[in-house]
Amino acid sequence: MLNAVLAFFYRNLIGAPSYHLYLEAFLALWLFWLIRQRKKAEKKKLLTAEEEETIINAWQPRPLVDEKELDKMEGYDNGDVWGPISGRPGKYVEIDGEKYLNVATHNYLGLMDSTELDDAAEQCIRRYGVGSCGPRGFYGTVDVHIKLEEKIADFLGLEETALYSYGFAAVSSAIPSYAKAGDIIFSDELVSFPIQRGLAASRSTIIYFNHNSWEDLQEKLEEQRKTDKKNAKKAKTIRRFCVVEGIYSKSGTLCPLKEVADLCKQYKVRLFVDETISFGILGKTGRGLTEHLGVDIKDIDFISGSLEHGFASFGGFIVGPSYVVDHQRISGLGYCFSASLPPLLAGAGIKALEIIEQNPDIIEDVQDKCKYMHKSLDNILTFFKITSEELSPLKFLYLVGCKVLPWEVTRELIEQVIIYVKDNYKIALIQPSYLDSEHKLPLPCIRISVNRLLTYKEIDSIGNAIEDACNALNIFDSIIANISDEDAELRNEMVSEYEAYLKAKEDKQSRKAVLEEEF
Amino acid sequence: MVCIVTYSGRGVSASGPKRTASLTNSFATKAKINRSPIKQVVKKKELTNGHVVNHNHRNNHVIKPKAKVDHQRVEVKRREQRKRAGESFEECTLWDAFCTYLCYAVLVLVGYVNDLVRPRTAKEQNRDGYVPLYASFESFYTRHVYRRVRDCWNMPVGSVPGKYITLLERESKDYGWTFQMTGKKVHCINLGSYNYLGFAENHGTCAEAAIKAVREEGVGTCSARRELGNAHHLDELDQLVARFVGSEDAITCAMGFATNSMNIPAILNKGCLVLSDEKNHASIILGLRLSRATIRVFKHNNMRSLEKRLREGIVNGQPRTHLPWEKIFIVVEGVYSMEGSVVRLPEILALKRKYGAYLYLDEAHSIGAMGPNGRGVVDYWGCNPRDVDVLMGTFTKSFGSAGGYIAGSKKLIALLRRGSHAHAYGTAMSPPVAQQILSSMKMIMGEDGTDEGVKKIRQLARNSRYFRQKLKQAGFIVYGNDDSPVIPVALYMPTKIAYVVREMIKRGVATVGVGFPATPLVEGRTRFCISASHTKEMLDHALGAMCEIGQQITIRCSRLPRRKEEIMYDDSDDEDIE
Repeated sequence: MLNAVLAFFYRNLIGAPSYHLYLEAFLALWLFWLIRQRKKAEKKKLLTAEEEETIINAWQPRPLVDEKELDKMEGYDNGDVWGPISGRPGKYVEIDGEKYLNVATHNYLGLMDSTELDDAAEQCIRRYGVGSCGPRGFYGTVDVHIKLEEKIADFLGLEETALYSYGFAAVSSAIPSYAKAGDIIFSDELVSFPIQRGLAASRSTIIYFNHNSWEDLQEKLEEQRKTDKKNAKKAKTIRRFCVVEGIYSKSGTLCPLKEVADLCKQYKVRLFVDETISFGILGKTGRGLTEHLGVDIKDIDFISGSLEHGFASFGGFIVGPSYVVDHQRISGLGYCFSASLPPLLAGAGIKALEIIEQNPDIIEDVQDKCKYMHKSLDNILTFFKITSEELSPLKFLYLVGCKVLPWEVTRELIEQVIIYVKDNYKIALIQPSYLDSEHKLPLPCIRISVNRLLTYKEIDSIGNAIEDACNALNIFDSIIANISDEDAELRNEMVSEYEAYLKAKEDKQSRKAVLEEEF
Repeated sequence: MVCIVTYSGRGVSASGPKRTASLTNSFATKAKINRSPIKQVVKKKELTNGHVVNHNHRNNHVIKPKAKVDHQRVEVKRREQRKRAGESFEECTLWDAFCTYLCYAVLVLVGYVNDLVRPRTAKEQNRDGYVPLYASFESFYTRHVYRRVRDCWNMPVGSVPGKYITLLERESKDYGWTFQMTGKKVHCINLGSYNYLGFAENHGTCAEAAIKAVREEGVGTCSARRELGNAHHLDELDQLVARFVGSEDAITCAMGFATNSMNIPAILNKGCLVLSDEKNHASIILGLRLSRATIRVFKHNNMRSLEKRLREGIVNGQPRTHLPWEKIFIVVEGVYSMEGSVVRLPEILALKRKYGAYLYLDEAHSIGAMGPNGRGVVDYWGCNPRDVDVLMGTFTKSFGSAGGYIAGSKKLIALLRRGSHAHAYGTAMSPPVAQQILSSMKMIMGEDGTDEGVKKIRQLARNSRYFRQKLKQAGFIVYGNDDSPVIPVALYMPTKIAYVVREMIKRGVATVGVGFPATPLVEGRTRFCISASHTKEMLDHALGAMCEIGQQITIRCSRLPRRKEEIMYDDSDDEDIE
């Protein structure tokens, strides 16, 4: 067989015309020459050892920390006003030996002052020690973790919970475990920083829609649908997600979840809701925004939350159907590769949930206080604009005209107010801290957190204290002085508003004087 | 001069003559200046490859009548031993690799058949017409491979993760789809938790101090550090950590994982080049990814690969624009949690100095657990902590608590106080958790007035060496450094991993199995984490169990020479001195 083939070739070779042989030989030589040329060219491109050495010697690294850049960074630290706290930061907080009314920390439900949580924590330390010494996979799953997970899932009426050891890590790990490069995430532009980190880590295409504007979301979805039609095959593999917050931690507004959920259903987009602030606050029994707005919780793919705000413990969680949440346990980076939550904190979390379940009037109480606080802040509306809704436990106070004021001036004025209130009324107020890397860096503001344990009188005193501070420090004049002539219209508007305020105030005082006289 | 020993990490023998010369020279000069006494002692020994020395020379653990030792000499000797401590990594043989692939192939095949015959996939409800939430292969692997061995992970624990651990028994009636608690409890020797120094305790001074902190300061903090969460004890903790690791300043964070993933983006930016070890932890990788710096990976603990990448990086500059890099960072870990290897710090410091790079050292598993004073690998190698630009570590492991720190120059920490995500958005550390770190760290430093801490450190070193030597002698394929408390034993096949974990629990020892995707496909292993609270009897029990299982399945197939003489457990106070 082989012989026959060889013989066939030999015969053909002999029989071929000679020019054919020459041509083939020439072609082979040419190919050889080409390859050599290319190799030579490659060699020429390479640097010699000396050249490399010169480049290496010439390279100068920048300093590890550039001091100029350090000065430029937006790094407001409330530590400039408030020293380190000592003792328990409950309704009152002790700083430098003085006791202040605390409306700065996220202790909405007043559980920081509850000794029941301490008892639970102590019991856990006596049983499990402090640390868990391992990730969930490797002997770090303590029975209290499982109990807390079940409790959260039962509380919300969902199938499964994945418990993270830090609130920040929960949502920022959960998003990239589903959304990958090539997927599309529609996100509200005011989502919190942990969500933004999650979005960044996912490497998906991020489409921000205007804050709380479901009309804008619809527009963006429609746009996407049009692009999808052009490439229907590819569109079938692109996952779409929508991320919103229950109560926005940067503005105190509530999400119009009903409309958003309907849109998501219509366009087949998966919906993630972060209830870090609203969990335990909204709804009749504290089950969050879905309960408050009457949205079917099954329409949401997962809800993320944290025990670090109202629940006065630690840890974050993702709760949803098993199909979704179970995937976290093998692909959530912050879940798999981090040590689990210290059992004592899980124990405190269980207790906190039990307290809420057994006393639903706590929820009613906190909602009532939120509304009352909203109303009582009415008298400072001349100086501050409040973006928060009345049900939000976070009240954001933006200085009037802050949009046209220079950044440093706003910061300085707000700090003056905080210091005045600190010194004269013993109330702890803070400016929320943000970083430059925020998607939309919010302007400086004062953030008040409502605590259930505040009395109506104390709530009133907060508004009055800020009003007094603004009047005493002539904040309004400083604002007007710092507004440039370009914004004269706005300035005039503000001045007329301020005059009306002064007049009303005078009237009130004279009426009060008359009343007192009569009395 | 001889103090530069060439290492035999990962089966790669000494690096090429020219490159090593350039690398060693710079380090040697420094050694010459700083440690002249080393020379006299060391010169007699010949320059030999790491683990061969260990097998041919005298055993460090044999108890010998000790004359009064010259302390300087002893210290020099210790350092010398450290340099020689072998890093072993036996490559998987072709036959083992073939068997492992075959094993996976069979599992996948059975999976496909299973899917065909009786499809049992978790169906998502009311999500018709949506694009599937995760890729089909991912769920295939979970359903057909991971599900079969699922009982080996996530075992619920009902006790303190100390020297013993109580596991709550589960059973599965449907081949791993669901688990039910049986109510029975299994008491095991704990070789699975990262309790290196044995601070995971539910009684004693640390626990009492933590309870006191709960009573006085509460459980939560409800605020970020930069808002109103900065408490006195946190400032104290920052200072203590700085003092402990020997840096100018430090900053702490309430979660270890987040310490990496939320601080690295503040240090690095887009114009930076990062040379990252291939075995770096997920949190580092996430942090680097978020920082948007360019990441190049070098081979695990391989200095030649690192130097090559460094040179390439500087010479080629940034991709496309060829602008010079702003900064170059070398990112390594102290002890690698899955490999058990120890970073070659002196060589990396030499390289860093030579090329003007910065060093980020993650001491998650080494702080407290390595070095004569428990100050991590920096202490272990006798280096100056200020030479390392960024020192990172966690409190989860050796300190029996939670959280992490970053230490470095005052300027660096000032940058982090302004730019760290954890500082601005993360909730401040819980008081009992902080208190646990304060008490345990003071104990290690001897500031509590006892020598409890030093004893723990010595006990850990002794236990780690003993256990590892014994395993090696029994013929197991042990990865990593002789001094590291993380001891991985290669098993290769997923079936063997599950078998070892299950059988060990039956014999009263809790261990950890690690397989794909946490390791490469053919590098499945079981891992022992040694603690200072273990006694010789406990270790012997575990060794006995392991040998028994090794007899049943062929996992005692190391090709390295085994030591003939008996390995003794050194229960004297002065460990590893001849």
